[in-house]
Amino acid sequence: MSGLTPLLVDGLFPNGIAHYALGGLLIGLGTAVIYLGTGVIAGASTFLESTLSYVSDLPRFNKAKYVASRDWRVVFTLSIVAGAALYTVLFGDGWWVSDVQPWRFAVGGVLVGVGTRIGKGCTSGHGVCGVGSRSRTSLVNVATFMLVAIGVAQLLSALGVSP
Amino acid sequence: MLVVIAGGLIFGFGLAVSNMARPEVVLDFLQFDDFGLLFVMGGAAVVTGTVFALAEAFGDRAPLTGRDYGRRLKSFDKNVVVGGVIFGAGWGISGICPGAAYASVGIGNYPILIAIGGMFVGAYLQGLWRARRAESAATGTSAD
Repeated sequence: MSGLTPLLVDGLFPNGIAHYALGGLLIGLGTAVIYLGTGVIAGASTFLESTLSYVSDLPRFNKAKYVASRDWRVVFTLSIVAGAALYTVLFGDGWWVSDVQPWRFAVGGVLVGVGTRIGKGCTSGHGVCGVGSRSRTSLVNVATFMLVAIGVAQLLSALGVSP
Repeated sequence: MLVVIAGGLIFGFGLAVSNMARPEVVLDFLQFDDFGLLFVMGGAAVVTGTVFALAEAFGDRAPLTGRDYGRRLKSFDKNVVVGGVIFGAGWGISGICPGAAYASVGIGNYPILIAIGGMFVGAYLQGLWRARRAESAATGTSAD
């Protein structure tokens, strides 16, 4: 039996768990800092619509809460970019570029844009904040996108799409 | 604003540390090759859950905005499921979600700009479609 546990851990977590757990704690900490200071749930996908209010007259994007928050959401997003760059420069092993095929980014990106806005949130708003507050709405949303994403990714992989 | 900058920096830093800013890592999770992502989302939710609960129990209101620390629960309707299905399909195809996409720019992954452009297109299209639908609902179905 003593040989089985490390084997199982290696199989499920071939890259270990330390950096995953540490990164997760920091993601939660970043969200918590903003919440403690402002009382706002820092979702990342609202930025998409609130930023569109700068260039579009559609009432949907010009709701008071979007116009009121659009400036700090731009700052939030740029800070996320800067935080990731800071890690890469200080502790990373150089800049990194994905090999995933561009069409997957294009098609997937559009669906993410539609789905997160219709579903009222994404991996941060529903996944991190909503699950953290044990919101049933968020738990349903997360279970839904997780199951569908697993199905789609496995299907593409089975069809030989890689990466 | 400093709080937003500090929070965003930590958030982006964490996404880079966890490697969730790399679409390949998300796809490895979805394909059951590496379950490490569970610790990212779980670890983050544990921290927010603890802090939210403590703030609600012992805090009064946020110092910068005066907003109280109540739970922010979004209402449930069928859009939550429909949106979840569409987002899930997009996440499964691309391996990227909004926050991780912004962080991905920061680690040098410039092709991710295609995905971010796509997200804006998608967000715009759903807004346009909803506006059209609201308009046709208001004017009735005389066209048919």
